[in-house]
Amino acid sequence: MYSALQGVLDPAIVALVASLVIGCAGIPGLFLRKPGPGQILAAVANILAAMAGIPASLQLLFNKTTTTYLLQWNLPFGPCELVIDPLSAFFLLPVFLVSAAGSLFAVGYWPAAEHRDTERGLTFFYGLLASSMAILLMARNGVFFIMVWEIMALSAYFLLVTEHEREEVRRAGIVYLIATHTGTAALFVYFSLLAAQTGSFMLPASGSLSALSPLASLIALAAFIGFGAKAGIMPLHVWLPSAHANAPSHVSAVMSGVMLKMGLYGIFRTLTFFYDPPLLWGGVLTVAGILSALLGIAFAVAQRDLKRLLACSSIENIGIITTGLGVALLGVSSHNNVLMYLGMAGALLHILNHSFFKPLLFLGSGAIIHAAGTREMNLMGGLGKGMPRTALLFLVGSVAICGIPPSNGFVSEFLLYLGFFSQLKANSLVYLVCLAPVLALVGGLAVIAFSKLYSSVFLGTPRSPGAAHPHEAGVAMLAPMAFFALLCLLVGVAPQLALRLVSPAVASFYPQSASSLLSSEYGDILGRLSLLGVLLLTTAVVVTLFWRWRLGKGTVSSASTWGCGYQRGTSRIQYGATSFSELAVSVFNGIMRQRIVRPTLTGLFPPVERCSDVPTETLLERIFAPFFALAGILFGFLHRLQHGLMHIYMLYIFATLFILMLWAH
Amino acid sequence: MITLADQLLVLVLLINFISLGTSRLIFSIRSVAVQGVILGILPGLIHPFSWHLVAITIVIIAVKGFVIPQLLGRAVRSAEIKREVEPFLGFVPTLLLGAVFTALSFGFAGRLPMLPEHQNYMFVPASIATLMTGFLILTTRRKAISQVIGYLVLENGIFIFGLLLAEAMPIMVEAGALLDLLVGIFVMGIVINQISREFSSLDTSLLTSLKEE
Repeated sequence: MYSALQGVLDPAIVALVASLVIGCAGIPGLFLRKPGPGQILAAVANILAAMAGIPASLQLLFNKTTTTYLLQWNLPFGPCELVIDPLSAFFLLPVFLVSAAGSLFAVGYWPAAEHRDTERGLTFFYGLLASSMAILLMARNGVFFIMVWEIMALSAYFLLVTEHEREEVRRAGIVYLIATHTGTAALFVYFSLLAAQTGSFMLPASGSLSALSPLASLIALAAFIGFGAKAGIMPLHVWLPSAHANAPSHVSAVMSGVMLKMGLYGIFRTLTFFYDPPLLWGGVLTVAGILSALLGIAFAVAQRDLKRLLACSSIENIGIITTGLGVALLGVSSHNNVLMYLGMAGALLHILNHSFFKPLLFLGSGAIIHAAGTREMNLMGGLGKGMPRTALLFLVGSVAICGIPPSNGFVSEFLLYLGFFSQLKANSLVYLVCLAPVLALVGGLAVIAFSKLYSSVFLGTPRSPGAAHPHEAGVAMLAPMAFFALLCLLVGVAPQLALRLVSPAVASFYPQSASSLLSSEYGDILGRLSLLGVLLLTTAVVVTLFWRWRLGKGTVSSASTWGCGYQRGTSRIQYGATSFSELAVSVFNGIMRQRIVRPTLTGLFPPVERCSDVPTETLLERIFAPFFALAGILFGFLHRLQHGLMHIYMLYIFATLFILMLWAH
Repeated sequence: MITLADQLLVLVLLINFISLGTSRLIFSIRSVAVQGVILGILPGLIHPFSWHLVAITIVIIAVKGFVIPQLLGRAVRSAEIKREVEPFLGFVPTLLLGAVFTALSFGFAGRLPMLPEHQNYMFVPASIATLMTGFLILTTRRKAISQVIGYLVLENGIFIFGLLLAEAMPIMVEAGALLDLLVGIFVMGIVINQISREFSSLDTSLLTSLKEE
């Protein structure tokens, strides 16, 4: 495939055209009167574009070449270059993969026939979102970057408010809009400062700036706020859970699987500019990352909304990636190649992995919601019997996200652990070892969160009539999930291949860390890991077969799950999602409060009582909400300026013009 | 030729005062149409002959002098209003204000750093004065049709400024400006018809319930 392409076409052109095709995929549907063909056309175009774009990106990645195009534009912001280097090519992979899979999923999940009003806009903006993300990765002019960034942010907003007739969705949309524009404001500062530093809006070349210059720290801070808000790093994550929970599932998959990575890409790209980042930067990133990971997963454990749980676990994964990046940066500052390589490879590999298992889980959640008609885990149960395929695929995703071998999540976390422990023998940065138990805690909490999710959704007996008769998802929905599950296992079983995929991107980051020695050394270690993975998988298969065989031999009687021998057991006596996680959540009471309204029971035969819980985020409630309330009071006087009289508005313009004229004198 | 252009510009300024001072809408519309025709002639006076120029002249005269006034006239007839009554600011004060702004714009234009070949023209002061007049009409009148007239005068002001650049201006920009104008008028026309049909009044100061609470 590579050679065939190579002879005919430049892979960069292929990638570029593929991204544009994805962007235009939704347009024909807007003009077709009949619902349906437009959506299918968009899915086909998207998949074809991905099939062309992924090999092209791989080729660009492995060739280690950098292709540059100049966009002819008449805007006064200097030349607009489109460049695909290995780092861009690496980030292009998830864009193509997830957008294609999601568009196929949409055909089954959001069929045009049932959603006539919303499907067109959804398909159109979906393509626009994917396309803008791909172009964003190529943009090398600050102004062009911001433009594409805004297209991305706004199309995500329109996707998010697809079901805008619901109050909750509108609220999530507004929080998202405020958060993303706060980030954009920081990006304006960022690009202006960069332009002040370099003299043009072109993004500087790799390693061309010194971090010791006075503006550098400000630039880094602006990038951290601007890109961090999009990525969802901890204090800037408030928009993330509600946005991901309220978007249609395939949109959540793209937002979580790819859009968050665009924020990370921005941070990665910014860090390439500097050849001598100080230790402080690495330290800040590491601490922010590990805190995001820990708190994110703590939030996830407390959630009772299926998609909100997944969204919180995205914060955790972004945190893990940021930790890896911070560790790599510490390695750069202390000239420690091993640390740099391990941190960077771990971070990049986790980016790739997260874009496999998180879309898998979000798509799975779509299938679940489709079947059960609710997002509330306390109302589900026993879905595994009705939809065994979805359950199996979801299990693969859950195992992967918890970082359990033989899945891909384990590999990237393993690299990070290696990085932490590599400092034990060295004399510097020994305290990095302390991160290892924290990461282990994160992993443990992830296991709690996802066993809560899996058990309350798929196991047991139905907790509500809505969940009682689930139907298996269709092929259009199962195929993308199966594809991702396969990728998860593939990377888990053959991690050395994935490492080879990551190495060029690492090399483009800090060339000095690209010693083939390191790469091959850890390739060998991962090779041994791969043996372990194969062994585990074979054991699992053998045990399953044996179990099947045993089942086939004897007589099988079926009773309700966890019936515990009661004659009249009801589904309400089983552990619910909330009761499962109550103890774990109580540990994090300070930052994450699970408000359980308990009934007071009196007498021998108490009347009917209700018990409910509301997971609340302290950060949002205690800090952000009062802050915005205060801002609302402070800016209340602006309300008086807006009275609806058009003449007075005209007068404002007039007055401004007049003052400007006087000022010009 | 340049003196002729300057004389025409004086005429443009006078028409500004007419549209500021009259309460009769039809008269106001006609005067703005005349202003449009004058503006159509002006490019031919200051730039050397070219087919491009001829095209601009014809389109401008047709649009500004005939199409838009026709549309507005029809709107006035269908809405059955003849006069602008009780504006926010009386006609005499607006006239005086117009005079003050015109004087100010001459003062302002004198201080602008301009190319030597533009120095002696009246284009810039006339443009700013017309712009200001447009704003005055927009802010002081109540009726939606008066607002459209104000908008037209405003556009005329911008157009005069653009005349200086007509040579350098690519045709796309002109087309864009004209299109902008036309769309604006259409929207206003529709608004006028809808307002008068729904509320049997064209007083835009009553339209305040659309603001955000």
